[in-house]
Parts: sequence; structure tokens; C-alpha cells
Amino acid sequence: MRQLDLRFGALPVLACLAVIMAEPARAEVIHVTMEQIAYTPAQISAYVGDTVEWDNKDIVAHTATARDNSWDVVIAPSSKNSVVLKSAGTVAYYCRFHPNMVGQITVKPRE
Amino acid sequence: MFVRIFIQIGVAIAAICLFASSGFAQTAAKPTDPQIAHIAYTADQIDIQAAQLALKKSKNKDVRAFASDMVRDHTAVNNKALALLKKLKVKPEDNDTSRQLSKQASDKRAELSKLNGSAFDKAYVDNEVAYHKTVNDALQNTLIPSASNQELKDLLTTGLKIFQGHQQHAEQVATEFK
Repeated sequence: MRQLDLRFGALPVLACLAVIMAEPARAEVIHVTMEQIAYTPAQISAYVGDTVEWDNKDIVAHTATARDNSWDVVIAPSSKNSVVLKSAGTVAYYCRFHPNMVGQITVKPRE
Repeated sequence: MFVRIFIQIGVAIAAICLFASSGFAQTAAKPTDPQIAHIAYTADQIDIQAAQLALKKSKNKDVRAFASDMVRDHTAVNNKALALLKKLKVKPEDNDTSRQLSKQASDKRAELSKLNGSAFDKAYVDNEVAYHKTVNDALQNTLIPSASNQELKDLLTTGLKIFQGHQQHAEQVATEFK
């Protein structure tokens, strides 16, 4: 009896999974930590439409500034800020206040 | 001038390491935590005062932005340092190195005060490059290795990374005046 119940219970789960998988991929939020004057992880990959959110755990303010000037955000100490990635390509970025902080985002087109 | 003090400390420590004969001499040359705290705090204050002078005198956008960054960051580091000293119940202790630092910085400020326009901007930024380089060398080679308390060591290490960033930033701004 118990086995039978389980099998019936699994059906709706499977049905839900099928729906989720058939849906187009949702935009995600990718988290990058700013700690010890470094971006962690320093290299990330994302899809167009995804958001990158920086969490500054340092005692000083930082920026995430794209080398191609497509975006520039300031992140105060103990706070977060984010950017929505609008176009595909590889973007190198750095901190304007501490140029020894560097990172890179590979943005892939959404299929 | 400023470089000379740290070179002197470095040479003294190197000499002691080479001849390592007297334990007393070693403790005399190696700065203590209260002395290190005073040197680091003084070095931060000096850079804040230089930046305040730049904000008063300069009209260059990049120089002003850099100076504002210096006030903000060095104030943040000093506030953190003060909080740590309070927690550790360490009282910063005045010493020859910090006294010489203060004296040389006030001479430098007097020199900069006489300059105007791009002559000031160039002299200020060049001094910022040299100053951060000297402070970073002192942190890396003398102050961090000498610090006994781990939290003080960690804060100095974070400070070093921040100031290495300032040095690079100053070097970037300096290219404008080449």
C-alpha cells in the first residue's frame, strides 16, 4: 500500500518537473563577494538578462566598473548593489577606488 | 626623507638579524604593537591632511576624486583601527618614527601649499605615489611582520591591500601630468 501511495505521490512531482524544464530558462542572480580587496569569484559566466549582485564585506567602499564603460556601480561597505547584464560578450571590470581589484564576466546569449 | 626612516628601520632590523647577538637590541629595534598602532594611525592622518589640502587647492576633477577617496578610505581604516585598539585595550604610543613622519609631512604640506594649478596637482599626485609606496613597503617589511596581535596584523594586512590600490590609482592619475 505504501509503495503504491509513493508512486501516486511522485506523479505530480514529475509533472511539475516537466513543466519547469519545458519553460524557458529564468534570469538568475549571480553573487560576487567583495572581501579583502578582491572580487570572489573573480571570473563568472552568465546569460543576457542575468543580474550580478556584489556584496561588499570590506570596511571601504568599492565600485564595479566595466572597462568598456557600459556600467559603473558603487557599493558602500556592508551593502549590496547590482547590474543587469544587457548584452553578450566578455566584460572586464575593476574597482575605480582600488584598481588592484579586477574581475571578468562572460555573458552568453540566451537561447 | 620619509623613505629614509623606513630604510633606517629596515637596515637596523637587517643588521640585528645578521648579527643576532643581543636579544635586547632586537626588542629595541622591533616596534611594539602600541608603537605600530601609532605609526599606522599617524600615516593615515598624514594622507587625510594631504587630501584635505588637495580638496582646498585643486580644480582638477581626477585629483579631487582621488583626494576624496583618500579621505574616505583612510578615515574608514583609522576608525576600524581605533575600535580595535579600544577592544584590545591598547593605547597607541608615540615614538621616533611617528614623530619623524609628522615632521616630514608638515614640511611637505608647507611645500605643497606654495604651489598652484597643475604644478600643485602634479606635486600632490607624485607625492601620493611615493608616499603610498613607502607606507606599503613599511607595512609589508616592518609593521606587519612585527605585529604580535593577530587582529592588528590582519587589519594592517587589509590596510596594505587598500593602500596598494591607492598607489595604483595615484599612478594612473599621475600619467595625466607626465
